[in-house]
Amino acid sequence: MQELVNAVAEMMEEQAAALTKKYLAEGVAPLEILNAYKEALAIVGKRFEEGSYFVPELILAGEMMKHAAELIKPHMGDGKGASGAKKVGKFLLGTVEGDIHDIGKDMVHMLMEINGFEVRDLGVDVPAKRFCDEYRDFQPDIVGLSGLLTLSYDSMKAVVDGLKEIGVRDKVKVIIGGGQVDERACKYVEADAWVTDAVAGLKCALQWIEH
Amino acid sequence: MSNAQQLLLERERRFNDAVALKKPDRVPIATMWDFFPARWKGISVKAVMYDPQLMFDSWVECLDHFQPDMGENPFALRGLARVIEALDFQHLKWAGHGLGDNMSYQFVELEVMKADEYDHFLFDTTDFMIRRYWPRVYKALAPLENLPPLNQVISYFWGLYSGVFLLSPEMEAARNAMIEAAKASAEVLKWAGAFAKKLIDMGFPIPSGGYSQVPFDTLGDVFRGTKGIMMDMYRRPDKVMAACEKLLPIMIDSAVASAKRTGVPRVFIPLHKGLDNFMSPDQFHKFYWPHMKELLEALIREGITPWVLAEGICNNRLEAFRDVPPGKVIYHFEATDMVLAKDMMKDRCCIRGNVPMSLLTVGTPEEVRAYCKKLIDTCAVDGGFIMDASAPLSDAKPENVQAMYDFTKDYGV
Repeated sequence: MQELVNAVAEMMEEQAAALTKKYLAEGVAPLEILNAYKEALAIVGKRFEEGSYFVPELILAGEMMKHAAELIKPHMGDGKGASGAKKVGKFLLGTVEGDIHDIGKDMVHMLMEINGFEVRDLGVDVPAKRFCDEYRDFQPDIVGLSGLLTLSYDSMKAVVDGLKEIGVRDKVKVIIGGGQVDERACKYVEADAWVTDAVAGLKCALQWIEH
Repeated sequence: MSNAQQLLLERERRFNDAVALKKPDRVPIATMWDFFPARWKGISVKAVMYDPQLMFDSWVECLDHFQPDMGENPFALRGLARVIEALDFQHLKWAGHGLGDNMSYQFVELEVMKADEYDHFLFDTTDFMIRRYWPRVYKALAPLENLPPLNQVISYFWGLYSGVFLLSPEMEAARNAMIEAAKASAEVLKWAGAFAKKLIDMGFPIPSGGYSQVPFDTLGDVFRGTKGIMMDMYRRPDKVMAACEKLLPIMIDSAVASAKRTGVPRVFIPLHKGLDNFMSPDQFHKFYWPHMKELLEALIREGITPWVLAEGICNNRLEAFRDVPPGKVIYHFEATDMVLAKDMMKDRCCIRGNVPMSLLTVGTPEEVRAYCKKLIDTCAVDGGFIMDASAPLSDAKPENVQAMYDFTKDYGV
């Protein structure tokens, strides 16, 4: 299994797919294979943090993961397994109203999911009301608001205000992410944290869940 | 000499002194306005996008109020709604077309060129663009997808009958769309011309006479999409390199032609995908910088000053960026460390920026003044600096923009 971990972590896409197929044919448990990917993604994330990996590696790792999930799916039987594994927390995610950018958001989605979060992704241009409605239904531990533009600040703030209105602001952590967010924007939005890359977002979420 | 003529010369000199790494009479200041003038006037973005007179008047009023050292002509970039509407353009959403009436338009990520189409692109770029790229990006031109390859129309009997294609009912619709777009373009150009004249009459130099991009950005932005090109660096690196080579002369020639046509020897070049976090130093030096350097040098040879907007953070790119002839390039930084940038660039390039958009959008005038003071003290003492925001102003607070202008003109002497 270490061979697969290395292939994914070293961006050897074809090798990773071939190994995945080989293990599945040999009857290796799908969960074990998924865990290898998870371990590899953790290495990728760490290298990103350390500054030896960058956006291309995150995207390619995500694609390898997606491809593996497709290969594994027919072997998952009754729908238990990966999706039945215990979740570490619930994460509600979306790009806020007025903003249609999704690359960063999609990377966050992928990283959160592989790290055990149950993710509900509302897509792009999501109105504040929808976040609140989905909050009621999904009861997430963390709400992640993505937005690339300064116009997103007010939309993000509207979500936080909405969460206050329905009386749940103290029950949920709010994290904002995007190219234009910083300490100042975070204060304005009244979020709990801000990040400018997906890996930092994951790290923050994991810390919250652990404590 | 009229007052406006004098102002024009003064501003042009102030700006050019900064570019040439000399100390100007005071720190020049200019901004990219985006739709700020509309918001400042309390008019919707949609209204100005569709009403050229309204755009003309509000931009004139805004520039007249803030008195920047460079003007800005909004028409080509902001007054384009009817042109892209006629063509059913897919790469943007804009006010009234997928976005609220008060939103600046936004770029839509698309994988227009599929991974297996590199060879077509490389074999005959123009054929690929007309028969594959245009039909997908301009939905109104979708019928061109069925056009026979143009290089097969060779001689009298040899391919000439392909012309019957023009008679199809779909082609008639596409033709009409092209005519509509051309008429709308003529209208935009008319207003752009009038506005350029107005800028000169008001004593404002024109900031750029053309546009260009690093080939890797063009390939990624409009052809392959961000995800596509990021994976291509691993999956088909040779094709990426070949496509960038193919695009380089186009990026040079179109910018040079435009600068010559407009008579403004400055070309705007935003950087999108070569930033610190977007690729490794090795990837940058392989896929990005060589063509960027060639582009800058080619423009400089033509007497053009490249105005490079380095978005995001480019701390690790400064070493490469400075490898250009001194006093010829403006690097406009968004979130790059300005102390570091000044240190690396002081004998090489004028630097510009980087008042944060978060500060201008949700900060206070007091904080803006403090930030500008720090910038001037760090970057402008010996010249070679232009005050600007880190990005287009979009929804900055007017009082903050005012503070930035007032403080710079007052303190930057």
